[in-house]
Amino acid sequence: MPSTKKLALHLVLVCAAASFLYPFLWMAAAALKPGSEALSMSLWSSHFTLANYAAVFKKIPIGRALLNSLLVASCTTASVLFFSSLAGYALAKLRFRGKQAVFIAALVTMMIPGQLTLIPLYTLIVRFGWIDSYLGLIAPGMMSAMGILIFRQTFMAIPDELIEAARIEGCSELDILIRIFWPLSKPAMVTVGIVTFMASWNEVLWPMMVIREQQMMTMPQMITMFSVGGQAGGELGVELAASMILVLPIAAAYAFFQRYFIEGIATAGIKG
Amino acid sequence: MTIGRRPAERAGLLFVSPYLLFLAVFSAYPLLFAFYLVFHRWDIVSPPVYVGLANFSYLAGDVKFWRALLNTALFLALHVPLQIVFSMLIAMALAEKIAARGFFRAVFFLPVIISGAVVTILWQKLYATDTGVFNQLLACLGLPPVRWLTSTKLAMASIAVMATWKNMGFYVVLFLAGILNIPGHLYEASRIEGASRWQDFRFITLPLLRPTMLLVVVLSTLGAFSLFIEPYVMTGGGPLDTTLSVVLYMYKHAFMFQHMGYASTVGFALALLALVVVLVQKRYLDTEAHY
Repeated sequence: MPSTKKLALHLVLVCAAASFLYPFLWMAAAALKPGSEALSMSLWSSHFTLANYAAVFKKIPIGRALLNSLLVASCTTASVLFFSSLAGYALAKLRFRGKQAVFIAALVTMMIPGQLTLIPLYTLIVRFGWIDSYLGLIAPGMMSAMGILIFRQTFMAIPDELIEAARIEGCSELDILIRIFWPLSKPAMVTVGIVTFMASWNEVLWPMMVIREQQMMTMPQMITMFSVGGQAGGELGVELAASMILVLPIAAAYAFFQRYFIEGIATAGIKG
Repeated sequence: MTIGRRPAERAGLLFVSPYLLFLAVFSAYPLLFAFYLVFHRWDIVSPPVYVGLANFSYLAGDVKFWRALLNTALFLALHVPLQIVFSMLIAMALAEKIAARGFFRAVFFLPVIISGAVVTILWQKLYATDTGVFNQLLACLGLPPVRWLTSTKLAMASIAVMATWKNMGFYVVLFLAGILNIPGHLYEASRIEGASRWQDFRFITLPLLRPTMLLVVVLSTLGAFSLFIEPYVMTGGGPLDTTLSVVLYMYKHAFMFQHMGYASTVGFALALLALVVVLVQKRYLDTEAHY
């Protein structure tokens, strides 16, 4: 490619990238600016302050929401990893009656549109008495068909000889899964782990259905209510500071494990 | 069956049993109950009342539902093409030999990992008529402010632009993988034949990207059908119901009016429609190119 064309291409990409970065930088800056300056387009201020963050902690139980989010996302991820790999192992390596039917059932559930089951699922949670509880937030996401299919596919590539040898050594099937298959499938674990954690951490519709009490809200719900409900008192800096508290942990993780995030989400998106 | 295989048989059933239980409770039961609910009126508190097809006949004449469906269709018609054009252009640019490809890819992907709640709140501030950054930019150019979210004509388009921005990185990654998969010798051959860059694109890139294209169209369509948090936060469905999406309408019926049967019917209709649209898309796009 001639160098002028190449320069133009880079220029276009830099402009496009700027339009993707600027809103986040503006949010980060506005959250640190005093009220009078928060609206300005500029990313700089000589009066940067943490007052907005302090106001968030004073106005809403954001610490509790952070804890709720962490708990819900961690439990969901641990559960999905364990149960999906368990079922994935059975589907890939064990023989039992009805195996094909289970596999097909997992495929079919991935095709059911969420809108169809949302209301019945909500009424189920009401009937279980799980409104305003961690169970209501965690239980419907405890296993994932997408996870099972990814684990099944990964495990199928691992040679049977390893299982035979381990069985002769007297290992149980669970031992084989945990001590041999898990360490050999780190990329699949990372993919399923990141995708599940992120989806749970960012989810907003489901918590809005099953949680009413402020003490039980997760972060995305809390900041949405804070913004829509007008509790921020129309103070832009305070509202954006609340959003930043949700963004910072995931952005920090992204900065370090960017490649895993991108490849994981792309893989899961294609499979799902 | 040999005796030696029995422990594995037991383990197999044991290992899938948690999933089978989960499947029964959180997939099969809600699915069946959705069918039950569409024939009933239910406010969760008192017992459900059988109403036959009343929910469907109400749905057929419900102006607000059709309005919401039309809005969702408009969003779809704006969002899906925008998504395809922009993510494909960026992916093609990234497929060239450029500096810092990884960095650019990571930047475009950033909004994908951020919660829709945050992106929506952030863009609501950017779009604000009096104080938003977009209108400040226009003012710098000497242009009058635009009512991005409060004009009945523009509000849904503004939401579609934001949604495109939020999801673009994901589709860039899909397209980039697809483009990098096209064998380089095809382009070399067309260079020898004296083909232009446009002909390269038209006769090599585009046909060979068909499987990726189908995936992008289907995924972004399914995403468009579940539009909810964006109008919920930014406009509440307004102005004058022009951004009321079907899912938002369903949410309102379920949680403001406790109409579980009717909300379920709305969800049922939407799911059916999404299925039909995706099947049609598959029918027209799912053809292999052979070279």
